Amino acid sequence: MAEAFIYDHVRTPRGRGRRDGALREVSSVKLAAAPLSALAARNHLDTALVDDVILGCVDPVGEAGGNIARAAVFVAGYGEQVPGMQINRFCASGLDAVNAGAAQVIAGQSDMVVAGGVESMSRVGLGASGGAWPVDPAVALPSWFMPQGVSADLIATKYGFSRDDVDAYAAESQRRAAASWSEGRFARSVEPVRDVNGLVILDHDEHMRPETNMQSLAALRPAFAMYGEMGGFDAVAIDAHPEVEYVDHVHHAGNSSGIVDGAAAVLLGSRAAGEAAGLKPRARIRGFASIGSDPALMLTGPVDVTEKLLKRTGMTLADIDLFEVNEAFAAVVLRFMQHFGTDPAKVNVAGGAIALGHPLGATGAMILGTVLDELEARDLNVALVTLCIGAGMGTATVIERV
Amino acid sequence: MDPTHFTTATDADGVALVTWDSPGRSMNVFSVAVMDEFEALIETLATDAAVKGIVIASGKESFSAGADLKMLEAVLEKYAELAGGDLLAAKSWLLHESARMSRLWRRVETCGKPVVAAIGGTCLGGAFELALAAHGRIAAEGDYKVGLPEVKIGIFPGAGGTQRVMRLADPQAGLTFLLQGQTVPPKQALRLKLIDEVVPADGLIAAAKAKVLTLSPVKAWDEEKFRPPGPAVFSAGGFQFWPAANAIYRRETHDNYPGARAILAACFEGVQLPIDLGLRIESRLFADVLTTWEAKAMLRTLFVSTQELGKGARRPAGVPPSAPRKVGIIGAGFMGAGIAYVTAAAGIDVVLVDRDLAAAEKGRAYSDGLIAGRVAKGRATAEDRAALMDRIQASADYADLAGCDLVIEAVFEDRGAKLAAMDQAAAVLGPDAIFASNTSTLPITSLAAGWRAPADFVGIHFFSPVEKMLLVEVIRGRDTGERALAVALDYVRALRKTPIVVEDSRGFYANRCVTAYLLEAHLMLAEGVPPAMIENVARMAGMPVGPLALNDEVAVDLAWKIVQAAKQDLGAGAVDPRQEKLLQAMVVERGRLGRKNGKGFYDYPEKGKKRLWRGIAEIVGPAQAAEAIDVDELKLRLLVVQALEAARCIEEGVVTDVREADVGSVLGFGFAPFTGGTISYIDRIGTAAFVQLCDGLAERHGPRFTPGRLVTEMAATDQRFYDRFRPGAAAA
Repeated sequence: MAEAFIYDHVRTPRGRGRRDGALREVSSVKLAAAPLSALAARNHLDTALVDDVILGCVDPVGEAGGNIARAAVFVAGYGEQVPGMQINRFCASGLDAVNAGAAQVIAGQSDMVVAGGVESMSRVGLGASGGAWPVDPAVALPSWFMPQGVSADLIATKYGFSRDDVDAYAAESQRRAAASWSEGRFARSVEPVRDVNGLVILDHDEHMRPETNMQSLAALRPAFAMYGEMGGFDAVAIDAHPEVEYVDHVHHAGNSSGIVDGAAAVLLGSRAAGEAAGLKPRARIRGFASIGSDPALMLTGPVDVTEKLLKRTGMTLADIDLFEVNEAFAAVVLRFMQHFGTDPAKVNVAGGAIALGHPLGATGAMILGTVLDELEARDLNVALVTLCIGAGMGTATVIERV
Repeated sequence: MDPTHFTTATDADGVALVTWDSPGRSMNVFSVAVMDEFEALIETLATDAAVKGIVIASGKESFSAGADLKMLEAVLEKYAELAGGDLLAAKSWLLHESARMSRLWRRVETCGKPVVAAIGGTCLGGAFELALAAHGRIAAEGDYKVGLPEVKIGIFPGAGGTQRVMRLADPQAGLTFLLQGQTVPPKQALRLKLIDEVVPADGLIAAAKAKVLTLSPVKAWDEEKFRPPGPAVFSAGGFQFWPAANAIYRRETHDNYPGARAILAACFEGVQLPIDLGLRIESRLFADVLTTWEAKAMLRTLFVSTQELGKGARRPAGVPPSAPRKVGIIGAGFMGAGIAYVTAAAGIDVVLVDRDLAAAEKGRAYSDGLIAGRVAKGRATAEDRAALMDRIQASADYADLAGCDLVIEAVFEDRGAKLAAMDQAAAVLGPDAIFASNTSTLPITSLAAGWRAPADFVGIHFFSPVEKMLLVEVIRGRDTGERALAVALDYVRALRKTPIVVEDSRGFYANRCVTAYLLEAHLMLAEGVPPAMIENVARMAGMPVGPLALNDEVAVDLAWKIVQAAKQDLGAGAVDPRQEKLLQAMVVERGRLGRKNGKGFYDYPEKGKKRLWRGIAEIVGPAQAAEAIDVDELKLRLLVVQALEAARCIEEGVVTDVREADVGSVLGFGFAPFTGGTISYIDRIGTAAFVQLCDGLAERHGPRFTPGRLVTEMAATDQRFYDRFRPGAAAA
């Protein structure tokens, strides 16, 4: 069986996903195309060699609808023979795109694939694609639907994370992210988004609040208490986990992932394809997996999928040098570390989505690149990347430097 | 076919007034014959060129109670027969049959002539669905209800109710109306937009006739441009509404009621479709719900049996009907005051006696508080309040009891105090007066021995709070005579509560089951089940209140006293030492008495919600990990332990009628209503499987789950309680 190698990774900076966000003037397709163009340019790539472009997108409607990957191929100036497809596994879509691309390569059916994702949350809007899950009782009831923040609060309640615990985690994320920028640790991967003149629209992550501390976080009000109480979702949480007397609403905007715009792309290929293109592999894909997990907790999939993947790859936790666990909410990462007894110094070392933001469809590909940069910078070898996913799922990938 | 149920008169304007007045019935209901006649009538009117519009009215005080449940029973019987053969063919047959009313109402809606329902009185279920299918609905002012209560008896509105309510009302109000099975006064129906106009009763027909000629025969939702009220499902507004609707549905039902779940599904799917497809979806769901055991059990217990018992099914037939005019109540505490209120509210004069006038007046004031609350809510008038209070005389003088037909003592649970009260009453009461005790702990037979004629002594056991609880246990002591029993039953019926006849036994019926429920919870606590899990799982199993909250309400020291009394009377073997240890630690060592002193299994902060007492670990040790506990096993334990106690009550002859066991359990202590009650719960599982289940539970949790002799004997042939103890023919 062939192996899939990572030849390069590029991401855009993350713009605030709001009216005043710097990337709001950039259409979803142009945003998706930016890292595609950058990959081609900096690797002097003959794009005709690319067998597929796979992009994750969580709200693929309106300008992001149809098939944004094929649309981005045109905007990025790739050859017309390059096909594209968009996939959606909610928050892990960017990583699942990488996994799907790697699978094509490993199966020997593609030689080179560009995989990544895009989300312009300022333009399309969180939840714009709708879907049956929250509204149709046929789905909402068996899946214990609740807003993700209520599930995150349920995780915190069930596993005993206090408001101080989640806030302390959030403050540390901000500190690490700020340090990463000041030390230039993102320099290799971040390509500024430019306008038609080549002028920079955004060259840094815009969501960060490096001044954050426990006091500033303490001033924020729980974001999901009203949903939980008035909307009936606390009762859903309790029916699913009846040992909980009441849901302690600890999450708020400061310890949850930021709403941002962004895109990322990873250049994958077989060893032979890389050689033919004159590229040097940076890492190989050791394995990947996805799983369905408790839908009421919703966001504990990283635990389940990590166990599944370690078993599948025959690895142990000791084999993993760095972990990237998407910071959808602070409690998600705290639960991961609690379950595995992981050293916090090895997890999300460059800061995560609480500080940097979570452009839904792109994040998986972004954090894969971030941890690859960190492996290289620290001269470590193996990293595990995982994300929690709406409706109770998890996806994980293990990469190893070569 | 000569008309039997409907008469039609067409006036000069071409308005056909259809008057429904089924002969020989106090209320109109839709039977097969009525439907046949109505269907033919609508076809005739639809094709009669002289008819410009149709008004449907009732010749009775009420409009109609809806479908005749016998019709439903017949359909289900036939279905059961057919289902023995080709199951899918049987289901197809059931779908067609059960949708007949839906089709017929749709025909009314599309017959080409405008139709107005003139609602002069109670209009429920299928009849209200007919009204919703009419092009206009006009109701008379009055003290009556309209609505769709089907979900409360296990089914749901299957003749267009879900579809038309959601096309008329605001979505939240409409869905709540349907899911709660609301019946509302006409003015509230107007506010809900389910009725167009409310007019003075004497102008009802004229208003309906005037209205019908102004209406289009094409219903709003049969117009191309129609959109249901409220936001579309797939819109920002829809995404605010439907997720919360699903969550609140679960909060209110714990997903235990197929009828409620079907309402939610029919509304969600139906509002996205044209009416005909919405009706088709509703019909499919209706047929499915009809075949559920929950529908069968709830219909039987909460409709048929409740009605039969309310009508006096257990009343001795030989005793002439009685109607108490004046009732004495001794003891103006919480129970006595509540009994005084419900008695006066039923139009009966009350003498409320206590040691001193201040105590008696305080008990009387309780009624004033309750009726004042109703006045404030617009449910009663100032005149009602004055009349009710006039009927209650507070007194410290037993002589005022003279002339009472019935006296109920509700003094504290002390034999000496009760006997003293009885002696004082006996001195002034006439020879025909019946004396009743509201005791919940003392044997009626032994108290009766202290009355001048034990045959005239009976137990009337109310539940707390009296004004809310629908059940009353009428306790027959060994010597209680038929007249005393009949008077007690007539009195309870006059209160519009449901009586069950229970033989004298420690704890009677309801409290025996409740005691078992509390014991099970105490043992779970002792095992290290997290307290929140006990409470939540109990509610998920269908109980209205968690056992620890319930124990706090009735007082933890009461549970302690009951355990001590049982130990004293029946020996140490009658008490579970783990429960005794827990209660001793709570009550004796820590003074945690329940809500009354602000600390029990819960803490009751001055502000905010009560919270489970964190210190319970001091007594029972750290809780087990939730993942190690089987939630389904906890649910089973909490329900089975009550059902087993009910089966023992049948075995011992304490309860002799399975209907009473079922109705008593649901109305008396809220036993998971979707099961149809304690005995229906066992029948649903089947005695053979139930005994097997109990054997397993006994092995895992102790001999309290050992099935009794009767149910074990029945299990040999998997006999059902409703077969062995088939209820006698209804009286009334």
